[in-house]
Amino acid sequence: MSGAFEVAARVVDPELRVVTIAELGILRAVDTDRDRAVVTITPTYSGCPAMDVIRDDVAAALRAEGWADVTVVTKLSPAWTTDWIAESGRAKLAAAGIAPPGPVAGSGPVSLGLPGRRPDPPRCPHCGSVETEELSRFGSTACKSLWRCRACAEPFDHLKAL
Amino acid sequence: MTTVEEVLGLGDDALVAAQRLAQWTARAHELEEDVALANIALDQLGAARLLLSYAGELEGAGRDEDALAYLRDDREFRNVLLVELPNGDFAVTVAKLLFLAAYQRDRYRQLAAGEDERLAGIAGKTVKESAYHLDHAALWTLRLGDGTAESHRRMQSAVDEIWPYTYELFEGNELRPGWLATVEPVLAEATLTRPDDGGWAPRGGREGRHTEHLSYLLAELQVLHRAHAGASW
Repeated sequence: MSGAFEVAARVVDPELRVVTIAELGILRAVDTDRDRAVVTITPTYSGCPAMDVIRDDVAAALRAEGWADVTVVTKLSPAWTTDWIAESGRAKLAAAGIAPPGPVAGSGPVSLGLPGRRPDPPRCPHCGSVETEELSRFGSTACKSLWRCRACAEPFDHLKAL
Repeated sequence: MTTVEEVLGLGDDALVAAQRLAQWTARAHELEEDVALANIALDQLGAARLLLSYAGELEGAGRDEDALAYLRDDREFRNVLLVELPNGDFAVTVAKLLFLAAYQRDRYRQLAAGEDERLAGIAGKTVKESAYHLDHAALWTLRLGDGTAESHRRMQSAVDEIWPYTYELFEGNELRPGWLATVEPVLAEATLTRPDDGGWAPRGGREGRHTEHLSYLLAELQVLHRAHAGASW
């Protein structure tokens, strides 16, 4: 058996298939006792439909490595933030054409000024330009917004800071 | 002490809002907006599942999230009237979302700092999502209010239509001044007139007295579950 945490950490996110759940900060803890494993994960968004798949994938990966009794626990608090995404995960996202999130402003969800004001735009993951514009606040999944680069004209996904 | 009624109110607001927003799927004016409204509906549904599960545990009668969502009748729902109102034109949907998200954000922020740890955990998550919903609705309010003569007329009409239903959001809490401080500048920048207070203020949702719109909404929401009791995918 290799370490249970390492096995769980290798599971890839079903919607962002270039990064692992450990790199995303979704995997919080793995506790083992002989052939028992209790995995604690935290959802990105409260309605994220990928959570069921992640739960199944984690359990399947651990069973395949010899843990017979696997429980996956979901823990809401402290709430997931994009600040938990590892540097390696950010680099992989950018390489896959998904602009990684910037730091979450302030310590809470307090937006400065009028709602609807844009924070600093993300850099284009294709050409690196900052001349980008938001096409839609909500992209193909809850965690992404849709952008376009004015320099190279390519559209791209941006993982929203949360 | 957190009461079952209080958590049901929060959960039912989210569930009914989710169902209404989901009705826009494949009907919005552009694909991006279709996706956006579906995503917001999904956030609301996620919040509803967490809240209704907790309400069921507090009640202690063995009802889970599904039993509460699918097997209660309209009179047992504790949502505010605002969320059950029909979607109307797109401006009405935007007005509803602006007023609801501004309230939900502040309510969740308050609960996230509150004494009930379970509720604080749920609210700590949902407050961040509400901030995005508010942002989205505010952008559309500006675009429509400060847009063409026709979009301005429709947005103003939507604000006037929904405004009376906002008073009910603040029953039992002190959040209205903060809510006004969020909503008023958005309306002002959108060149919209903020309706006067003191007019009609329908209420009763928190006690189970709803508009007929909720009955139709629930019929659609619950029909499959009730027709095939106990079925699973």
